This record gives sequence, structure tokens and C-alpha cells, in this order.
Amino acid sequence: MRRFPSWVWPIAVAVFTLAVSRLVENEYYMFAGYVVLQYIVLASAWNILGGYAGYVNFGSAAFFAIGAYGTVVLDKLGEPPLVVAILFGGIVASLVGLVTAYLTLRLRGVFFAIATLALAIVLQTLVMNWEFVGGPLGVYTTRPDSITGFPGYVNYLFVVMLVLALISVLVARAIELSFVGRGLAAIRDNELAAECCGVPTFRLKVLAAMLSGGLMGMAGAPFPYYITYLDPNSAFSIAYGINSIAMPLVGGMSHWIGPVIGAVLLAVVQQVATVTISSELNLMIVGVLLISFITLAPNGVVGLFERYRQQRHWRPGK
Amino acid sequence: MVTFNLLLNAVVTGILLGGFYAAVTIGITIAFGMLDIVNIAHPAFIIMGSFIAYIVNRTFGVDPILTVIVASPLFFLLGVAIFSFYHAAFEGSGKGSLRGLAFFFGMLFVIEVTLLLAFGVDYRLVQTSYIGPNVGFEHVDLPLRMVIPFVGSIALVSGLHIFFGHTFVGRAIMAVAQDEFALSLMAVDTVAIRQLAFGIAIATAAIAGGFLIVIQPVDPSLGREYIGRVFAICVLGGMGSIPGTVIAAFILGVVETITSTLVGPSWAPAVSFATLLLTLAVRPSGIMGR
Repeated sequence: MRRFPSWVWPIAVAVFTLAVSRLVENEYYMFAGYVVLQYIVLASAWNILGGYAGYVNFGSAAFFAIGAYGTVVLDKLGEPPLVVAILFGGIVASLVGLVTAYLTLRLRGVFFAIATLALAIVLQTLVMNWEFVGGPLGVYTTRPDSITGFPGYVNYLFVVMLVLALISVLVARAIELSFVGRGLAAIRDNELAAECCGVPTFRLKVLAAMLSGGLMGMAGAPFPYYITYLDPNSAFSIAYGINSIAMPLVGGMSHWIGPVIGAVLLAVVQQVATVTISSELNLMIVGVLLISFITLAPNGVVGLFERYRQQRHWRPGK
Repeated sequence: MVTFNLLLNAVVTGILLGGFYAAVTIGITIAFGMLDIVNIAHPAFIIMGSFIAYIVNRTFGVDPILTVIVASPLFFLLGVAIFSFYHAAFEGSGKGSLRGLAFFFGMLFVIEVTLLLAFGVDYRLVQTSYIGPNVGFEHVDLPLRMVIPFVGSIALVSGLHIFFGHTFVGRAIMAVAQDEFALSLMAVDTVAIRQLAFGIAIATAAIAGGFLIVIQPVDPSLGREYIGRVFAICVLGGMGSIPGTVIAAFILGVVETITSTLVGPSWAPAVSFATLLLTLAVRPSGIMGR
């Protein structure tokens, strides 16, 4: 059988999902599907810096919230098309990524991790004190009128997020297979050696931080229209921080499909747990899964699968 | 109108708060600064200490600070157990740092959600004789609920400083912090020493937790506010330096209270993070860094 190039698969799956979504009547599935797709974007974006280069970002919530509040600001000034809001969120978030990276990525990786943790709280404090976007009370955003060709606005948002998820998976894949990905992998394995071999380590790290932050900002941009009421606690929710780390770790960080597997797995588990048990237990489940995967299966689901394949391959007598 | 009196009160409160911050940070100074273990779950252990003080205080009416001093050996054992696990799982492979970081991040959530499921989201507080009354000087009012933790914190930090500088075990820990490899060449069991040191770091979390619940009511997610604060102090102080930690804690405490007095309390959380980012950008080795 002839093998397709691997970029065909994400597109095929996205088209298939789109086709199925047109048949779904129940709006709840659109709501739930949106969250899963949003986590695919966040997890893939996190993995560009965290998985490929080994620099841990604890502040995914900050970048996500930049996108969300960027839309709120645009919405207050006039009604922007969603595409403009998404681009705006992406650009601002990648600029914040640039500044954070520039300040801390010359130091050891730990400092970057702590700085991103700090970034989330600084930005939350800023938003809390910024009356224009509602301060601590939050802000209502009215959805624009339904888009022609879609049964409801949620269906439209679902498709937008599907496109964003596809873009981020393809971007992650392109980076992984290009010289950028090889450079980042060299940084992860031994930064000093990489630097000595002529890898432009600092520039690659900054580039990865900008791309990663920008994609997270784009994921956040449609969020105000999704929940229609945005307050600092939901935009900066710690759930984004832990999920975007746990998902690539559970799925596997070395391959672009890992974050996707992790995101689908964990997001579905959480959606089910929210409906059937309680929303607090969600974080518990994620925390326990995170700890058990990093101790028992450090390379995630992808790693388990590859080990299985290798064992089968190497079995003597075959 | 900001009067001199108000400013004086802010500075004095800031110093009291700073002393307490030193006790909160000392565990990070040991774990992160000396042992290079990025224990971001440290504030969660502190909250755990607070809740132990709360339970014992509510059921038996025992003083919270006394409770945590009795409970600290248990935390020491907990720290030893966590270190053994951490060492076995992550330190051998060489690529441990990222996974170790994620491990503590996961632990932070497990502790927090466990407390949340057990106690709910309400703020919990303790009752003792020294919560409420003030001791006053001429123009300054000192709430006793801040003075007692301040004195306790300074005692804890000075005690540890003497321990690290003047006892055999303490100096062994300092030696591991300085050059573990060289020490291992001299047939020293560096893992056992680091285990002991990490146990001490977690034991301080219990005591800091007791102080915390005296100063303010505690809820399970309060620890998050302290993550940035403790790392800001630790980095500003120069990582593994105890005097540096104390100086940095005082600076942060004073700057925070002055900010809340002059600008408003809602801006106080940003102070520590601005300090942290500024330190990382300008002088990453901190005040007392080598």
C-alpha cells in the first residue's frame, strides 16, 4: 500500500470531524467539542517550547487570557470580525512571549518556568485593576448574529476552533520536521553542545516562545464569545496551566501527535467527570494522571506505543 | 492624604510581614537554592501545615504554633519519603529537571484538591489569645497576630542559620550545595545528606503553615499566591543564601505593604512578580549570590 505523507492525516481527520459535526443536532456536543479542540491548540502550542526544547511554560493561562481579553477590548471598541480578533490575540500574545523569552531565556530553564508562573499573576492583577475590561467583576460579551450557513453561533465557533486546531497541529509538525525542530531538540538534549555546534540557540528559543505564545493567544480569542461572560478567574483559570502541561506529557512530547492524543484523552475524561462527578475532581484526575505518567511512562502514550512496536519488531525468530 | 504616620505603620507592618516571608521561603532556599530541587509544591505543603493547625485547634483547642512544631517531625519524614521517590524516579536519568518540575506541579494540584474536597472553599481560621489585641508604641500599632509569627520566624531562620554554619550535619549540607560531585569523590553519601536536607525543608513548611493561619484565614488555594512570592524572595536573595533570603524577604514585605497603602491592596500581588522579573533581567544572581 502506498503511504500518504503524514500531513494528510490531520487534514483528513479535520474534514471528517467537520462532516460529522454537521449531522449533530444536540448543541451540548458542540460546546464539549469546542473545549476538546481548544485543548488541542493549547497542548500543541505548549509542546513547541516544552516538548521540543525542554523549556517548561507554567503560564499558558496568561497567554490564553491575553487572547481572550484582546477580543474583549476589540469588542468594546467596535465589533470586529472573529478573524481579526484571533489575529490580534495571537500577535499580542506572541509579543508577550517575545519579551518574557528575551528577559529569561538566557538563564537556566528553571528561571523561565518561574517567570511564566509569575507572568500569569502579574497579568491577572493588571486585568483585575483595569476597569475598561470589567475589572474583578468581569464583562459580558454579546455574540454577533448567527453566521449564514451555520445552525447556531456555537457551531460556527466549533468550526473556527477546528481550523485553529488543524493549523496548530500542522505548525507543530512543520517545526518538528524542519531545522528549527532539530535545533530545539539539540537544545533539549544538551544546550552547551548545541551552542558549540553553531545552533543559534537563543534565537530558536525566542522563535519557539513566540510561536507557542501566539498560538495560545489565538486559542483564547474566541473564548469570550463562547462563554459570553468573561471574568479574570475563568480567563486565567489554573486549569489551562496544568492541562497544557499534562496533555503533552500524557500523550508524549517527542511527536506532534502526542499532544493531540493527550488533549483528546484528558479533555474527554474531564468533560465526562464534570457531567457525572464534580468539577473539582477534574484537577485531581489530571494531577494524578500527570504524576503517574511522568513516573511510569515518561514518553507518554506515544512512547508506550513505540515500545510495543519495537518489541514486536525485535522478537527473535521473526 | 498620606501622612508620615501611615507610612511608618506601613514600613513596620512590612518588616513584620517580611520576617514571616523569610520563614515561608527558607524551605525553598534549602530545596531550590542548595539542593537544586524545584519544589513548586512548597506553598501547598505550607497550606497543609495550616490545615493541621486548624484541625487540632478546633478539636482540642491547642495553640496552632505549638501544634505545628509538634507536627514538623512528621513533615520531615514526609519530605524524606518524597525525596526518595523523586531521586529514584527523576534524578538518575539525567533528563530529570523537566519531569521533576512537572512532578511537583502535579503534586501541588493533588494536595490542593485533596484539601478542597475535604474542607471546601471556605476560609478557615484559628482562635488563640494573641489574635486580636495590639501592642502599641507611640505612633505605631502592632497587631499581636503579626508580632508572634515574626518572632517565631526569626527564631526559626536564625536557628537554621546556626545549624548550617556550626554543626557537622549542617556544614555537610552546605558542602553538598557547593559541590556535590567533589564530595561524592570523598566517599560521602551525598544522597543521604540531600535527603536529610529536603526533609528539613519540608519540616519548615509545617511551621510556616502554623504562622500563616495565625496571620490570616486560610483556604486551600491560598498557596498559589505564595508560589511567585517565595521564588521571588529566593532568587532576589541569591538562591542558597539564608541571610540573603532574610534581607530579600524584608525588602519584599516592605515594598508590598507600601504599595498596598499608597496604590491599593489589589496591586500588592504584582509587586513580588515585578521584583522577580526585574531581578532575573538585571541581576539573576541576586543580592547575596556568589
